[in-house]
Amino acid sequence: MSSSSTRDSRNRPIVAVTGVGVVSSLGTGKQENWAALKSGASGIHRIERFATDGLRTTVAGTVDFMELDQLSAPSLTHALAQTAAREAVSESGIKSDDFPGPLFVASPPVEMEWQHRFELDGEDPKSTESGYSRLLAAARTGKHDDMYELLQFGRTADRLSDEFGTKGLPISLSTACASGATAVQLGVEAIRRGETDAALCVGTDGSVTMEALIRFSLLSALTTQNDAPEKAAKPFSKDRDGFVMAEGAGALVLESLESARARGATVLATLSGCGEKADHFHRTRSSPDGSPVIAAVSRALGDAGVSADQIDYINAHGTSTPENDRMEYNSLKEVFGDAIHSTPISSNKSMIGHTLTAAGAIEAVFSVLTLQNGTIPPTINYDVPDPDIPLDVVPNVARDKPVTNILSNSFGFGGQNACLVLSNQFV
Amino acid sequence: MANASNDSKEVWITGIGLLSCFGEGIETHFQACKQGKPGSVDTERFAPYPVHALSEPDWSQQISRRDMRQMEPWQQIGTYAAGLALEDAGAKDDEDLCGRMDMIVSAGGGERDIEVDSNVMAEARTSNNVEGLLAERLSNDLRPTLFLAQLSNLLAGNISIVHKVTGSSRTFMGEEGAGISAIETARARIASGQSDIVLVGGGYNGEREDMLLFFALGGYLREGLPAPIGTDSEGMVLGSIGAFLVLESADHARKRGAKPYAALDKVAALHGPRGANQASARMQEALNGLSVPSGTPVLSGATGAADITEEELNLFASHMPDSPLRTFTGLFGHGIETQFPLGVALAALALKKEAFFGPLSPGETDAGSEMTPQQILVSLAGHNRAEGLALLSKVAGA
Repeated sequence: MSSSSTRDSRNRPIVAVTGVGVVSSLGTGKQENWAALKSGASGIHRIERFATDGLRTTVAGTVDFMELDQLSAPSLTHALAQTAAREAVSESGIKSDDFPGPLFVASPPVEMEWQHRFELDGEDPKSTESGYSRLLAAARTGKHDDMYELLQFGRTADRLSDEFGTKGLPISLSTACASGATAVQLGVEAIRRGETDAALCVGTDGSVTMEALIRFSLLSALTTQNDAPEKAAKPFSKDRDGFVMAEGAGALVLESLESARARGATVLATLSGCGEKADHFHRTRSSPDGSPVIAAVSRALGDAGVSADQIDYINAHGTSTPENDRMEYNSLKEVFGDAIHSTPISSNKSMIGHTLTAAGAIEAVFSVLTLQNGTIPPTINYDVPDPDIPLDVVPNVARDKPVTNILSNSFGFGGQNACLVLSNQFV
Repeated sequence: MANASNDSKEVWITGIGLLSCFGEGIETHFQACKQGKPGSVDTERFAPYPVHALSEPDWSQQISRRDMRQMEPWQQIGTYAAGLALEDAGAKDDEDLCGRMDMIVSAGGGERDIEVDSNVMAEARTSNNVEGLLAERLSNDLRPTLFLAQLSNLLAGNISIVHKVTGSSRTFMGEEGAGISAIETARARIASGQSDIVLVGGGYNGEREDMLLFFALGGYLREGLPAPIGTDSEGMVLGSIGAFLVLESADHARKRGAKPYAALDKVAALHGPRGANQASARMQEALNGLSVPSGTPVLSGATGAADITEEELNLFASHMPDSPLRTFTGLFGHGIETQFPLGVALAALALKKEAFFGPLSPGETDAGSEMTPQQILVSLAGHNRAEGLALLSKVAGA
């Protein structure tokens, strides 16, 4: 049994963050991202990766600066994760190829892409087969091991595990747009169980393809404000009309406080609580009464042992869809009461867009940076307040304010709700 | 990772839900293993690839027609099996219990719209603007709700909607490893007191051209007629399988009067390079850590993929020569993410029924067929990565 100072009030190991890394459309690494976040810059731009003629949405926060042999969602997803994880592990001071714990990777579901279908379809121009029979005939030539490797669901985690030397079977997971927060939560739980002293938690998403964009479009989830891409994401504004798809990765090294202190590591923050609650109302919509979100927020606060009035900043899910932002406000009001109107809350998605699978992890990293720097990143593009959402959204300009406890929200299709509390105790 | 320091609570299996080529239910699957004959195989529909086709249940027993329309087959299979497991555990329609029940689903991705894909490919062969064609066809032809049938976490989402399991919801991905990690994590959460009760498992539809294409790219599929699983196996035969378990702390089960099939004592989830005999070396090391008693029967979900199947089966022949070995994959087919949950379910059934199975594959001997197992070891070496072991034991007086 360790000294009480490294255990929480429930005698669980306190979980410290000892390294973070990030890539987004704003740039590579903490420094670039933080500078851009503080200045209220937008990473959203017109899509150049594929032709957008005839598409309802033509803007996104794609990451176009990674060096890849061949662009595909799995290869970009891996490259983003690798870059973020390298930064996090390096900051933690842990050996870069012998990580002493498990790996949790939130990654987008893997799919064969049209470039692959066309490649297989065109392989034998004399083929009289059509449809998937033709693709299967091409597959039987036995020349496609590389494509097979690329398209396995477990591949990204596998490659990361090999590089960083994480222990055990790496876990790839999805809770849709809450995935990044779930990866962190799994790491917290493993450390609290006493299974490990450290966990590498990554959320990554490089899946902006034409078909992915069209699918979200068909669900009317995306903004169609294409004229000024940098203005398209406007969480909590009255004229918000959907989210902006985006890419990036966030990585966190979690470690028991005891272990971090024992090896003299710098503690950046503590991951003091997690809360989760699933919703059975609808595949894409939240319960009208907000009860699952309310439960997830309340559980996160309870798990962290802090009350609502001890939260001095909320890193919102804030997607910029009409429904999410209203639902998020209504639910928070239930938990925080009138205090919600004076608690600063901002959405990183106003600047980097919605990084989907990666969002929860990236926003956890940005929350750590907020704690470290005492500066709250703004919600940009906040020009037309929504009178139904009377929040202090830290409009347009970053605010210097010391912060002790941050609530970070993540919600996703399929009734997924996961919340994290990050604190600067024990730092 | 098998033995956590804060790992004190006994973990019971109190509910099992199974759906496969044999049909549905516990008794059906126990008898299938007792008889040891492969379930129905369709060799024509996806020729040259045989598949163990689902024996369709009366879906309305678990899923409303309205919800059925929102799902593709892989979700229907999983949601149905989840309902069976909840029913079996005495948890179905218990709003309070399901409302705090945790859930871990092992899943891949959902079905493509084969017709839309085929049309696009046909048109693209003569198109001089493929991107324009894609944009137009996909925008017009994709069903908006198909996306929701393709997202990996939407099996869990459907289980929440249909069965109201909402304590928590997590989906693990990554072929066989997803099922291994799901069982491992569910057990660890309960053993440590982080959860009282977890619904865990998966749903898999092997009757899909897009799924067959994926494995065909890697050269992993058997062609022609299915063959029994053995050291000479040269390819996998996919099977449509739904397999869910309710895991629960013994204390929690006792309090609500739920009876155990078996205790899930230990799980090992392994990962590493796959050079010759590296996987079996890892498994052997893990076996030493699990301290499996000599003679403990082994139930293997060996995939049928070349080389790794031989390696897995040889490990037990050489390392546990006194243990009767049964390989169940030839009966049901390979259910990828569901394969490990299926193996754990079959082992739990055997322990409850105080009976082991006769030979399920030609290389297996009669020894042990009539034994009353006290413990069973479940094994699965994934076709390309990930190895899992689970040790189950009989619960005295259960």
